[in-house]
Amino acid sequence: MQAEVASLENLSADLRLIRFKPLDKPQFPAASAGAHVVLALRAEQGTWRNPYSLTSRPGARHEYSIIVRRAGASRGGSAYIHDRLKKGQVVSLGGPNNLFWPATTARKHLMLAGGIGVTPFLSYLAAFAETGSAYELHLRCRGAEEAAFANLLFPWRHAHVHPTGRSSGFDAPKILSRQKLGTHLYLCGPDSFMAQMASAARSLGWPSSRIHQEFFGAPASGQPFRAVLARAGLTLHIGADQSLLDALEQAGIDAPCLCRGGACGQCKLPVLQGEPDHRDHFLTPQERARGDAIMTCVSRARSGELVLDI
Amino acid sequence: MTIDFKPHETFRDDFVYSNSDAAILRFPFPFPEDAYRYVVNLEPHRRGGPTAAYDAVFDTDEHYIAECRDRAITLAADPRRCQVLPHMEVAAWDTLELIMESLAADYPVHFSLFRTGDEWTWVNRPLGVEQNFIFGRADTLPQKPFEYITRQIQGDFTLQDQRNGTLYLDGGMVTCQADWSLDFDLGMSFMEWHGPVPGAHEAGVFDRALAFLLRLQHGAPVRRTNWTFTVNPRLDTSPENYPYWGPDRTTLTPENIGAKLHLRVELQTLFRLPRSNAILFGIRCYLISLQDLARVFKWAKRLHRVLRDLDPAVAEYKGLARYRSLAVDWLAQFDNGEKLLVGTAPDQQCLSK
Repeated sequence: MQAEVASLENLSADLRLIRFKPLDKPQFPAASAGAHVVLALRAEQGTWRNPYSLTSRPGARHEYSIIVRRAGASRGGSAYIHDRLKKGQVVSLGGPNNLFWPATTARKHLMLAGGIGVTPFLSYLAAFAETGSAYELHLRCRGAEEAAFANLLFPWRHAHVHPTGRSSGFDAPKILSRQKLGTHLYLCGPDSFMAQMASAARSLGWPSSRIHQEFFGAPASGQPFRAVLARAGLTLHIGADQSLLDALEQAGIDAPCLCRGGACGQCKLPVLQGEPDHRDHFLTPQERARGDAIMTCVSRARSGELVLDI
Repeated sequence: MTIDFKPHETFRDDFVYSNSDAAILRFPFPFPEDAYRYVVNLEPHRRGGPTAAYDAVFDTDEHYIAECRDRAITLAADPRRCQVLPHMEVAAWDTLELIMESLAADYPVHFSLFRTGDEWTWVNRPLGVEQNFIFGRADTLPQKPFEYITRQIQGDFTLQDQRNGTLYLDGGMVTCQADWSLDFDLGMSFMEWHGPVPGAHEAGVFDRALAFLLRLQHGAPVRRTNWTFTVNPRLDTSPENYPYWGPDRTTLTPENIGAKLHLRVELQTLFRLPRSNAILFGIRCYLISLQDLARVFKWAKRLHRVLRDLDPAVAEYKGLARYRSLAVDWLAQFDNGEKLLVGTAPDQQCLSK
């Protein structure tokens, strides 16, 4: 769907809040807590398509908002949003879809976020306020972003910001061990943060069915490789900072996809030859070992060439 | 589109029910091939299909008013046919919105929805309803939102919550079911409520269907058909009321089977709901007597072949073992053995008398 940039607001040097209004329809579809949209931006180098959590209130239909953090070097979508995106500009939004929603049966919701990973929880908090659900949120972030995040979380009584490098009370084992039975844990942030928190929870006896993770962040870069598309009769060269999915789309191939983060399984393609470098969270260890399928949004090649059945 | 309703039809006791020629030709016949087997027969629920039954998001036809009345009778005797667990409240409102928006868009002559912010007015002309309410506020409706709206639509509905990597049946309005019980299945997981289906688990059908449904996206609903047979045009063939309809199965004879035995088809639809992220499952039931169905030449021949060659375990599970050979014998008179086109469309424009 088409949307217009209604406003841009810098929350800090690296955090930007973008509001959209609907363009080709009177209203956006209602979205659930934790939903994301895929923002497509066209520039000379090609089209960037990145998923962003909606930070607007769930169910809101006249406005969507997202918060984008300027990423270090990587793929350029976030730099474009920070440096070039203008008010009034028309963009294309895919979705909304949701791969990370709160458990309806939870007695309490405990959210642990690393930095910009807090974004899906902004819509959680609004949903919990409406249903009166018990919640607790802890956000770990850089000192430079403390004020911006503290502002965002100001309305929520049980949301706490903990800047790194200061002894601030962010003691994950302590937080995790004082929760009552029936609490669900949600993690969102850098992979290392989520791995650390999940392992802390598991070692305290949290069942895996109570631990939920959002896989977040841009596809990792790596060595360039070739992809031979057996049915299309094409050979693509995938650059170091480009995903296989991006390359397929730029070649005009109608490749399936949804989350663009290796979580949903939609973009799975059969591999006929070559060794995939699996970086997704979807395939089982057995499926990885078979090496006959690849998630094109995040995974790459160990061999210099992959032959794909598309 | 204006529908000519038949408000005096009944689905119990005296069974005043028939399909008009137009209703016969729009019937969602379920067999694309001469042999039946379990497959994951899900396809996108887009407008348009082999018959006009696929033209709307929620198909509404000449039986609408009578079916809503039959539902009310069933609910009055057994309120547990509509149950929604407390955590499905948001999904209930999602359902109300989807049904109201769809009926008003597909049948503007019969239904209208006016909205100013959260203040809504719902107009249902066939049932004579005009209701002002506040979206999200259950105390502004005469019943809870899920019950309110599903009393005004044909077909059963269930609500599935997604958690622990599966779906749970956590709510529903079930009054025209093919021998299953909401009260019994409520709270079960996907594999639990499909437990009794023979042969399909071994074929991996449910593993694949579940994997697919867990990834169902908002705005991209899917559909499939399912089928069985029912003696007499009875909507409520529930386990709870088995004593009322079970004995009907012993009443078939070669003389009455054409009028009494009905092919029962469910046009099933699945929607990911926007606010709750739950899945709404619609089970729209269609009934057609063998003698009406036989007026479509292709369908009579194909149904004869499907029934004749059906796996006995499937016949047993669907409850038709007792009268299957009677039905096959009756249908044989229409089947000259000619090759039939693949697909379920009637392949004829009108019916001869």
